[in-house]
Amino acid sequence: MLQYIIKRLLQGIPLLLIVSLTLFLLMMKIGDPIATMGGRTLTRPEDRERLTRQLGLDKPIAVQYLYWLIGNDWTKIDSDGDGVPDKNGTRLGIIRGDFGTSLVTKKSVTELIGERIPNTLILMLASEIVTIAFALVLGIYSALRQYSTLDNILTALLFIGYSMPIFFISLMSMYIFAVLFKQWGLPYLPTVGMFDPQEGKTFSQVLWHMVLPVMSLSVIYFAGYSRYIRSTMLEVMSQDYVRTAKAKGLPRRQVVYIHALKNASLPIVTLVGLDLPFLLGGAVVTERIFAWPGMGRLFLDHLTRADVSVVMGILMLVAVAVVLFQIITDIFYAWLDPRIRYN
Amino acid sequence: MAAPSIPIPQLADDLSTPPLTLWQLGWLRFRRHKMALFGGVMLILLLVFSFGGAFVFTEKYANFNDTSQRLQPPSSAHPFGTDSIGRDILARTIYGGQISLFIGFVAVLIEVVLGILVGALAGYYGGWVDSILMRFTEAMLIIPTIFLLLVMAKFFGGKIPDIHIGERAFSGSVVVIVAIIGATSWMYLARIVRAEFLSWKEREFILAARATGTSNSEIIFLHILPNTMAPIIVSSTLSVANAILAESYISFLGLGVQEPTASWGNMLDKSAKYLDSAPWLWFFPGMLILLTVLSINFLGDGLRDALDPRSRTV
Repeated sequence: MLQYIIKRLLQGIPLLLIVSLTLFLLMMKIGDPIATMGGRTLTRPEDRERLTRQLGLDKPIAVQYLYWLIGNDWTKIDSDGDGVPDKNGTRLGIIRGDFGTSLVTKKSVTELIGERIPNTLILMLASEIVTIAFALVLGIYSALRQYSTLDNILTALLFIGYSMPIFFISLMSMYIFAVLFKQWGLPYLPTVGMFDPQEGKTFSQVLWHMVLPVMSLSVIYFAGYSRYIRSTMLEVMSQDYVRTAKAKGLPRRQVVYIHALKNASLPIVTLVGLDLPFLLGGAVVTERIFAWPGMGRLFLDHLTRADVSVVMGILMLVAVAVVLFQIITDIFYAWLDPRIRYN
Repeated sequence: MAAPSIPIPQLADDLSTPPLTLWQLGWLRFRRHKMALFGGVMLILLLVFSFGGAFVFTEKYANFNDTSQRLQPPSSAHPFGTDSIGRDILARTIYGGQISLFIGFVAVLIEVVLGILVGALAGYYGGWVDSILMRFTEAMLIIPTIFLLLVMAKFFGGKIPDIHIGERAFSGSVVVIVAIIGATSWMYLARIVRAEFLSWKEREFILAARATGTSNSEIIFLHILPNTMAPIIVSSTLSVANAILAESYISFLGLGVQEPTASWGNMLDKSAKYLDSAPWLWFFPGMLILLTVLSINFLGDGLRDALDPRSRTV
């Protein structure tokens, strides 16, 4: 088992290198990072030359990538512009945990991401939990009463949820629960931000502001999950061991929850495990609509300003998480299902 | 007891009808799928709306702004209302629909070509070709699609001049969006095609084809590929829905199709600002995207049942 894990980890490294190199090449042309440096005024031409040199943007792409990857403290860089390398660099490179510094905020990328990750995780994990809870209940119900009226209605609703653009459900729910409810004099939900600045970032405030985004995200995710759970349950329910359990005269509850659901949970666990790392990236569209200060908005804001180190930091964080979770899911799967052995 | 009224020769005649082909069987199954028929009819109506509507309103009218008429609620003069600079939303949804549907279908064409190429080569040749192509596919799947789309939209954005077809001018961003959606969506299709090729290439008729000296490209494209059409058709139909959604997301975020060319997605961009004062700004384009994606998903589901009954899992 340990050998298997090490092998998988080693396989992941070249994959991540390819991904990072490709993304880094794409980054070279997403815009001019020093056009305004995040401010409102254009960078002056005399500053441009100095900034380009200090940021290392005058170096060939291969060197820039190398500095980004392993840092430049091992080599001398030209800091005063006389063409002679004179000082050791200060960057440590992403493999030593130095994600670089944001050009827009001048903060370190680690700090920026660190501020946003909790916000994104609160939102995304809450949506994931709500989604899975509802999907389990309704998916199992649909599978046990296949082609019943409720199953058919659910199937139709799922198609709508599955086809729904996230911004449309978000705008609709904002309009109904905030705008119309306010007009009707009912208690209405907040539409933007994480908390009311006057109230401060309290638990109840965040919870209250989370309702609409979580609802919108759950509607979208719910469809896929619930359909998957339904079909997995249907498949398991037609297996011989379920028939045997029924024939033995076991109570229906026991057959469904012990014999069927336990086996059906295997593919469900895989699905959830593979989806979890993507939650880290947040939801770009939803976070933008609800002005939620999460990773998706951080990504969008800094991408539009061509702030390479932040964008690369977020992308690589998600990529590493995806690779790790693939391995964890496989291990977990082998642990759950004794039929699977990795050699 | 009376003798059976059906004359025996006629019964024998019925029995000797030739067997149905895959496509005839598929049509029989598809016809029974009511939601799929609904989806098909709905999609035709939407195509008529977008492309037929062009005969009612000119594109000039769709791009004509009259600031004295801004943010007008739906009325008889402007059935869907007007937007923040006074353009008629009905006319814009018509022309935006053309762009959104065009992007959906053409992006999927690119996706299908890439997916078939990668999947067929990997599945047929195996070995190091398979390893390299599949590692590449995995690498593409590691980054969330929306991130990849946004990065690529930024990478290619703003460099392509307007395209003139006849008297109409299209923002060059349409081509960029089509290309990047195609380039970031082929991975699942490639995996499906690869799996199909892995199983079909072991059949006897392929061995026979090899024995008679058929070239590899002929075996791939003439002998194996036609057998894998059913899953490819199903998967690419559903991809059209995803491509239309993808277009609307990047345009909604302001990195997609650029004004004045309308698309359902970019009509929604900035409409969140008018959430309470002008809900018609986002309601009509949003509803049209939902209807289009929904009908394509219904259609795809019906096609799956009809053409590929075994794979009815997710």
